[in-house]
Amino acid sequence: MSDSPTTDPLSLEDLHASVGTRTGRTHVLTILVENKPGVLSRVAGLFARRGFNIDTLAVGPTDDPDLSRITLTLDGALHPIDQVTKQLHKLINVIKIRDLEPGEAVQRELAMFKISAEATQRAEVMQIVQIFRGKIVDLSHLTMIVEITGTNDKIAAFDEMIRPFGLVEMARTGEIAISRGRAET
Amino acid sequence: MRAVDALMECLKAEGVEVVFGLPGGANLPTYDAFYDAGIRHVLVRHEAGGGHAAEGYAKATGRVGVCFGTSGPGATNLVTPICDAMMDSVPVVFFTGQVRTDLLGTDGFQEADTMGMTLPMVKHSIMIQDPQDLPRAVHEAFHIASTGRPGPVLVDIPVDLSKADIEYIPGGEINLPGYQPTTEGNQRQIRLAAKALAHAKRPIIYAGGGVINAEASAELIALTRYGNFPITATLMGLGAYPADDPQWVGMLGMHGTRAANYGMDEADLIVAAGARFDDRITGKLDEFAPNAKFIHIDIDPAEISKNVPAHIPIVGDAKNVLSRLLGEYRALDPDASRLDDWWEKVNGWKDKYPLAYEDSEDSEIKPQFMIQALHEATGGNAIVTSDVGQHQMWTAQHYGFPEPRRWINSGGLGTMGFGLPAAIGAQIGCPDTPVIVVAGDGSIQMNSQEFATCVQEKLPIKVFIMNNGYLGMVRQWQELFWDHRYSQVDLQDHSPDWVKLAEAYGMQGVQLTKKESLIGDMKRIMDMDGPVLVDVRVTREENTYPMIPSGEPARNMVG
Ligand SMILES: Cc1ncc(C[n+]2csc(CCOP(=O)(O)OP(=O)(O)O)c2C)c(N)n1
Ligand SMILES: [Mg+2]
Repeated sequence: MSDSPTTDPLSLEDLHASVGTRTGRTHVLTILVENKPGVLSRVAGLFARRGFNIDTLAVGPTDDPDLSRITLTLDGALHPIDQVTKQLHKLINVIKIRDLEPGEAVQRELAMFKISAEATQRAEVMQIVQIFRGKIVDLSHLTMIVEITGTNDKIAAFDEMIRPFGLVEMARTGEIAISRGRAET
Repeated sequence: MRAVDALMECLKAEGVEVVFGLPGGANLPTYDAFYDAGIRHVLVRHEAGGGHAAEGYAKATGRVGVCFGTSGPGATNLVTPICDAMMDSVPVVFFTGQVRTDLLGTDGFQEADTMGMTLPMVKHSIMIQDPQDLPRAVHEAFHIASTGRPGPVLVDIPVDLSKADIEYIPGGEINLPGYQPTTEGNQRQIRLAAKALAHAKRPIIYAGGGVINAEASAELIALTRYGNFPITATLMGLGAYPADDPQWVGMLGMHGTRAANYGMDEADLIVAAGARFDDRITGKLDEFAPNAKFIHIDIDPAEISKNVPAHIPIVGDAKNVLSRLLGEYRALDPDASRLDDWWEKVNGWKDKYPLAYEDSEDSEIKPQFMIQALHEATGGNAIVTSDVGQHQMWTAQHYGFPEPRRWINSGGLGTMGFGLPAAIGAQIGCPDTPVIVVAGDGSIQMNSQEFATCVQEKLPIKVFIMNNGYLGMVRQWQELFWDHRYSQVDLQDHSPDWVKLAEAYGMQGVQLTKKESLIGDMKRIMDMDGPVLVDVRVTREENTYPMIPSGEPARNMVG
């Protein structure tokens, strides 16, 4: 649309509102916050209050001791992401938010699986672990603990493969992400 | 010096002329500092009164209101005014005392998690952890409260830290890397908006409280007059445009005029300025303004497209944007006659549906007439505060506000008991302007302890209780939507004798019951010295009309 101040014709019909739409995909938001007490409650409280559901959440330090990074994933089919980021920006301690495009960032999650693999099944389990480039970090008579890093999908795939052997328990960190190339996250 | 003495210096540096509050154990050091700091402190009788007084002061003057309370119950009493200030974007800084740092988290005496419980209702909050940070925190609090979209900021100070010795360096700088409100509207968007306006055949301006916060009334008037646009405003925006002007179509929303609500319903272009499409405005969202495109001007980006998708969003300060929008619009030199048909329609609604009511056949005072009489008696020039209920809506409809900052009420939260303490703040901020309260007989009892404050501070506030003997607005809903089952709304026989109550507080009390002498009586009261409590007996079961039933579209207005 032209931005000249002349009266070239414009029909109101040509105006469209594009915001508030749901993207339908998973979004990874990385939020740079001031490392001050209560910041995480502010972020978490905002999500709860506005009815936004967080899928995963990870918090940790950055290279700057005054700043922390919160990485969270949420479902763009359920929430208008621009409303979420605009509300987050209103928090005074939030410095920067990036909604990382898929492909533009490297995403990783760490998971640990405790498996009740009997001695006869161990070889098979170890083979699966190897294919997924996991590590066996603990072994007892009845159980073994496997560490896996990767994307959500990879961990989900491993989960599917290993579950039939007898999953005792599992812990996941939630995804963290960093943008590719020179761009700052 | 002690941190609290530095706090006093910071308040002075911020230009604070008055604070409201009530002391307690956890802010004793602060009150010791007040003892000879030379800052006016108004002692309220309940912290909620202090918070609302600070709001009233801020709304009347545009300056930051300040309120102090102690820890625990002092802080919990402040929750309502904090939330009220958040909902109506009022710049207030709240200072609460907190238990000693070694007691934090141990359920110490009068400990409450003040930060935690107010987290969802503050623009920002700061807990002091190092007393050396106090001066910077104070300046940051004032900066955040008063810039961008204004709002409440809380500073929580553990009592041991408030006594600590610090090195105070005046003029400490603020450091807020995550806070940079956009004030300049985007030029391209403003041009596009001007062009859309120039092509609109049925435009309407929809102004909200943000216009008043931005001191943008003059710019709003200039644009509206130049373009010859019909204009309406929300409950919070009343006074931004003079109510006696022919382009004014009346208030918008649930109890607004038909002209305003039908105007939005049939508009092809709506210019929202400093307004947030609250449900009391939109009614049923899916059917709100079905034919319109929206230009949305707001300093808070999160408001844009929150409820109604904007076609031309403009983030910025209303004063900046409206003045530039006029410039761009003028450059297009649009043909004014394109609005002739539209005005014919709008004026048709205005003529056909004025805010009418049936007068009484005897001397009984109709509530609507009470407000019109107040307008007459004050020349329409008073600062008017109100409580919440029918009396509030009738005041909004019938007083006719000529300019901004004359109408002070609780819109977003709808807090009963707001009116009297807000008037205290307004009168202190504007000592030369007459201040009146239109109170509800129910609402006034939620903060009537502040009559003592009025008397102590010798404030000439005139409190007019619209006495219908009911929690009237709730009674109205029970009548209309709950089959006349009046459940717990009758106050008639159990309210105090208001004249005696006034006298007990050492102020004058008057009862008014006759419509014939009402205007004269009110004039006489306005000329009385000191605070006066006026018990105005009105029709008991009168309904506030017109009305959009909750959740219905505007065109289904009743009454
Ligand atoms: C603190 C609080 N409690 C309850 C309500 C719900 N409420 C809204 S209006 C109203 C009636 C107010 O009665 P009154 O002050 O006499 O005003 P009227 O409607 O009779 O003019 C009530 C109870 C409220 N708004 N605020
Ligand atoms: Mg009443």
